[in-house]
Amino acid sequence: MFFLTIEYLHIPDGFLSLLIAMICWVITALTLVLAIRNAQKSFDERLVPLAGIMAAFIFAGQMINFPVAGGTSGHLLGSTLAAIVLGPWLGILVMTAVIALQALLFQDGGLVTMGANILVMGIIPALIGYGLYRAVAHKSQRVQVGTAVLAAWLSVMGAALLTALLLGFSGTSSFRIAVPAMLGVHAFIGIGEALITAAALSFIFKTRPQLLQESGQAAGRGWIVGGAVIILLIVLISPFASSFPDGLEWVAAENGFLNTALDAPFKLLPDYTIPGLGETAVSTIAAGLVGVLIAAAIVIGLTRLLRPKTDN
Amino acid sequence: MHINSFDRYEQRHSLVHHLDPRTKVVVTGLFIIANVLLPDGAWAAFAAAWGLVLLGGWLAQLPPGYLIKRSFIVLPFTLAAVTILFTLPGTAVVTFPLFSRTITISDTGLIRFASIVIRSWLSIQAAIWLTATTQFPDLMHALRHLRAPRLLIAIISFMYRYLFVLANEATRLLRAREARSAAPVGKNGGGSILWRAKVAGSMVGQLFIRSFERSERVYNAMLARGYRGQLLTMNPHVMKKRDWRVLVTAVTLIILVQIIGRL
Repeated sequence: MFFLTIEYLHIPDGFLSLLIAMICWVITALTLVLAIRNAQKSFDERLVPLAGIMAAFIFAGQMINFPVAGGTSGHLLGSTLAAIVLGPWLGILVMTAVIALQALLFQDGGLVTMGANILVMGIIPALIGYGLYRAVAHKSQRVQVGTAVLAAWLSVMGAALLTALLLGFSGTSSFRIAVPAMLGVHAFIGIGEALITAAALSFIFKTRPQLLQESGQAAGRGWIVGGAVIILLIVLISPFASSFPDGLEWVAAENGFLNTALDAPFKLLPDYTIPGLGETAVSTIAAGLVGVLIAAAIVIGLTRLLRPKTDN
Repeated sequence: MHINSFDRYEQRHSLVHHLDPRTKVVVTGLFIIANVLLPDGAWAAFAAAWGLVLLGGWLAQLPPGYLIKRSFIVLPFTLAAVTILFTLPGTAVVTFPLFSRTITISDTGLIRFASIVIRSWLSIQAAIWLTATTQFPDLMHALRHLRAPRLLIAIISFMYRYLFVLANEATRLLRAREARSAAPVGKNGGGSILWRAKVAGSMVGQLFIRSFERSERVYNAMLARGYRGQLLTMNPHVMKKRDWRVLVTAVTLIILVQIIGRL
């Protein structure tokens, strides 16, 4: 599945309705105005060479891959890493440059949909990634790296969910299939992203810790709240999203194809509900929370394994 | 690697290559927006729009098939729209069994899916056409004239300038890893997936530090050469009469395609 889905976050032109694409452009443009203003305040003239070279770094960093299994490989998307090490505003500008160049030079992602792509891959991960990281910026290194793992994974999931929602609202695919499919696939892609982000971060901790201290205080506490709100939204929305009425949807009741086609083999909570609670909204939300807790536990376990052996 | 290794620009001397980049950016943008607005199943309009793409390619003297060859990059994403085949209500066209269930493809679903794929395929050809006829720095210059945020354009131009430098750096890191990753004949080298991810992550961290330090060096060098926060260009673009003529013709044709699509 990896090779088919790795580019799923770069939405090409034609896959979003004009209305949805324009709404995304407006949100993105407003955020970019803020980002430019704030980044300029803290970096001044240094901003252009710093952001430009960091954007080239993200691009080159995406070339560094590691073999997973069966000829597939994992690689970096980079949004969370950029937000954590460069601060959120600069991180957003850097990802914007990366996405714009990929679209303009390589046709990777569309032009009308570029606003949506920046929102999905630049702004949402910055909110989630930096928000979570900022909350633990004064804690020990191990906690910070562990949080980065969770932040990177959640960023990918958030981006995947938003992409599925945008496609659904545009009438390009059905929520019922797109949401679980996107989240399911990106749950794996997100692990690769989380591992690389954490390893890169702990490498920077070892060699240039002062860089991270700067970014830990780069922006206000509002990011923590913003990140928390987005994460909460993901937890609240994802269980419902797959049952959004499409208006166009045609449930083949007789053959029940839709209900079974995407029953993932790894599903722990059948139909996103907790058996004892029945099929109520409370149950679905609880299932979402349980899912996040399980993910957090896995992530904490992985961090322990990833921890550098020579701790200073 | 060379600075031009990422650029898809085709060096030719055609009408299109000598147009002001602003003209090309506006025409491409309008064409893509117009595509998105075409209704489902407007086959005649899709054909007409493709005619425009072919005309553009011919005027730019691009080799035949150039636009099509590169346009397949959009194919994997069509998977995201496949679900529409089975979920739109309509008359069943194809019914086939799969794992003891019957799957039905409806006619409306088929039309919508085909329309999405065609719209996206036409749009990407227009984007390829723009890149193939406009050097990247000119493209940035045009966007600056079109009131895109100056600072953002400067950042993207800078990124373009250092793209191949850092790509080379990444290639060196990859080569070093390769050189140190010997494996016994017939056996797999390397540790667990976790360990491999950690190595890749450390390489990314290493690349980050090298890039960060390079940005400081570059900034110092720029200061030494009198940088005052503005990037200058010696290539002033002017909208000539020919540009306006092409622009008006292209816009008329795009509107014509819209009319065909709504007849």
